[in-house]
Amino acid sequence: MRQIAIYGKGGIGKSTTTQNLTAALGEMGREIMIVGCDPKADSTRLVLHGMAQKTVLETLRDEGEDIELDQVLVKGFKNIRCVESGGPEPGVGCAGRGIITSINLLEQLGAYTDDLDYVFYDVLGDVVCGGFAMPIREGKAEEIYIVASGEMMAMYAANNISKGIQKYAATGGTRLGGIICNSRKVDNEYEMIEAFAKELGTQMIHFVPRDNMVQRAEINKKTVIDFDPSQVQADEYRTLAKNIEDNDMFVVPKPMETDRLEEILMEYGILG
Amino acid sequence: MKDMNKVVDKILDAYPAKVMKNRKEHILVKDSDDIPKIGANTRTVPGIITNRGCCYAGCKGVVIGPIVDMVHIVHGPVGCSYYAWGTRRNKGRAKEGGKNFLNYAFTTDMQESDIVFGGDKKLAQAIREAVETFNPRAISVSATCPVGLIGDDIHKVAKDAEKEFGIPVLAFSCEGYKGVSQSAGHHIANNKLMKDVIGTIDIPQPKEKEFTLNILGEYNIGGDEWEISRVLNKIGYKVVACMTGNSEYEDIAKSHNADLNLVQCHRSINYIAEMIEIKYGMPWMKVNFIGMENMSNTLRNIAKYFGDEDLIKRTEAVIAEEISEIEDEMAYYKEMCEGKTAMLYVGGSRAHHYQGLLGEIGMDTILAGYEFGHRDDYEGRDVIPDIKLDADTRNIEEITVEKDEQKYRLRIPAHRLEELKKELPLNQYKGLITDMKTNTVVIDDLNHFETEVAVKALKPSFFGSGIKDKYMIQKMGIYSKQMHSYDYSGPYAGYKGAVNFARDTAAGIHTPAWSYTIPPWKKEPIIKGKVEGVEKVC
Repeated sequence: MRQIAIYGKGGIGKSTTTQNLTAALGEMGREIMIVGCDPKADSTRLVLHGMAQKTVLETLRDEGEDIELDQVLVKGFKNIRCVESGGPEPGVGCAGRGIITSINLLEQLGAYTDDLDYVFYDVLGDVVCGGFAMPIREGKAEEIYIVASGEMMAMYAANNISKGIQKYAATGGTRLGGIICNSRKVDNEYEMIEAFAKELGTQMIHFVPRDNMVQRAEINKKTVIDFDPSQVQADEYRTLAKNIEDNDMFVVPKPMETDRLEEILMEYGILG
Repeated sequence: MKDMNKVVDKILDAYPAKVMKNRKEHILVKDSDDIPKIGANTRTVPGIITNRGCCYAGCKGVVIGPIVDMVHIVHGPVGCSYYAWGTRRNKGRAKEGGKNFLNYAFTTDMQESDIVFGGDKKLAQAIREAVETFNPRAISVSATCPVGLIGDDIHKVAKDAEKEFGIPVLAFSCEGYKGVSQSAGHHIANNKLMKDVIGTIDIPQPKEKEFTLNILGEYNIGGDEWEISRVLNKIGYKVVACMTGNSEYEDIAKSHNADLNLVQCHRSINYIAEMIEIKYGMPWMKVNFIGMENMSNTLRNIAKYFGDEDLIKRTEAVIAEEISEIEDEMAYYKEMCEGKTAMLYVGGSRAHHYQGLLGEIGMDTILAGYEFGHRDDYEGRDVIPDIKLDADTRNIEEITVEKDEQKYRLRIPAHRLEELKKELPLNQYKGLITDMKTNTVVIDDLNHFETEVAVKALKPSFFGSGIKDKYMIQKMGIYSKQMHSYDYSGPYAGYKGAVNFARDTAAGIHTPAWSYTIPPWKKEPIIKGKVEGVEKVC
């Protein structure tokens, strides 16, 4: 079982990428579980064709300790198992603690069965507190991919997340598997992310071009492969899936100082 | 005579350089009449086993908790409430037709899902249940650490509840992690009482002259306030409010109508005393109700403030009467304790207050210190302008009040007050160090290691402290008394209290049970084993 956490700046397309990627892995016959670690609980919407299940934390609150796995785990496209951790409304309580509680509960309920090939954690935004680092603590997700684009703030966030990975890599087996570039069509994006990844000591695992097809499929509450498997963009996700499946480059990232990050931005953003 | 500097050196020598530098500022030997500077109210060195409490302990545990007709809800997981349940032994009785909820412990008992989803709703429900079940005069809500971390808006919940139920709901953001000790909690509690309670109920000035007092910084531990008020009433004073021991919510709301504030525990309540003076024109006087002489001096000072001849006469009569009742017994205990020595490590006042009483039974205090005192509690209020405010102090809200034009009144003419200030401790506190004898030690934020070294070197007969170090001292064969709660005894204040204290102390010193026991590790080896295979190695 490979446990993979997907991090990245808020709004970069983590959930979209994760679901399209898992759809491709599902198509390859893999058994997958997605654990949404975002209080908004929208990490599995495309796989489930809509917001379909009750979150772990809602169930915990309503049912008390007496919870069965099938109350919180629903199967979607290609039998992908979907769980949403959920969390409080904005501005209330502690979402980070929610993720810790939720993942512990999933373990107790026996969600991590041996037949799973992949578990994906789709984690909210930046690693703002200990709770959001939960998937990479205590030897849970050992592989991490950061979704980024050539936009400055996305790279800042990716660099910051690398600091978190570096911290937990020292105590556990967590490693960075690569940067997924979710293109925003900025100048020289391919080269910039490739250089950025190299500086971090990792790789750009795939460059996912921008295609309105993704948006169209999303409006229909589907992944691209589910919506129209013949699309070019579907092949992009198949390539991403294959690259991840074959990936053997797992590193402890070397996050850079802000000055160095800005140098890279200057080099590729202006001069290129 | 033991060289105290050697004892201090022995303590400091054991520390790593950085810790030594820190602790050195908090330890001094009094060797002249000068008042040296001492480090106080700063962060404890991590890992040093401090006896200090937290902000929540200072706010709910000390200042707010003793108000009898309020329901005090602790918002947090159950432990913070449970372990504060009755442990301070602040006593209270319902007044006629009144209520008393002191024997209860109220908590929202936060669970994991309350942390995740926020505890506001559960708090609102707790307030509702408290109102429906107990119908208290007012409610307090004290925040514990997790509440601050997840950001529950307890002030909004309190405001909504006030509107819905029509009773005051006082919310305190007194999360335990705030400040360096419980002192931060006292300040937070003082601010709220001043802002929202004191001055809210006016009572008409009586036609006949009354001598009215508030007792501040007195929490009725073991019944102290009852004994103090008994004597004050006997002389002819009327106590409007005690803050906060055995008081009702409305007593405090009316307290601005009195003539004089008496400040017993300076640390925990001086903020209110000062603000009342500014806002309502009522002076405050530092008092000490512990020990015969201190009690008598305090009574004489109060009488002098009012300057009424009859009052002064009655005061002398009561003092004579009270002392005649106890002097034989005190003399008997003095015979038992004479020449023995004491150490006090307690509070922001008690380590000072009890030295006189110990002296009356023939015991010198050779080491004293405060857990949470500030420099002014050691060196006197004159140093206040020189106290450097660090980030921890700045983190605690400082409120300012202005003169209330309608309610402000001078209790005595301004020029007379200035005259009296020369001879009475009005708006003044001289601190602990000034009353210590020479060749004694003062230690701030004393820790277990320092206690052990000092006890071994100086072998006192009495150690007055708290629950955290009580048993460690007791097991060294020294009589150890909890001065926060008096263990199971009291009252210790006033005349009758002095006898109780003397009796307990004499009995304790002459029952050195622990010094007769030898722990097994001093008699037999801790690990048994035999050496095998030695021949082969050789």
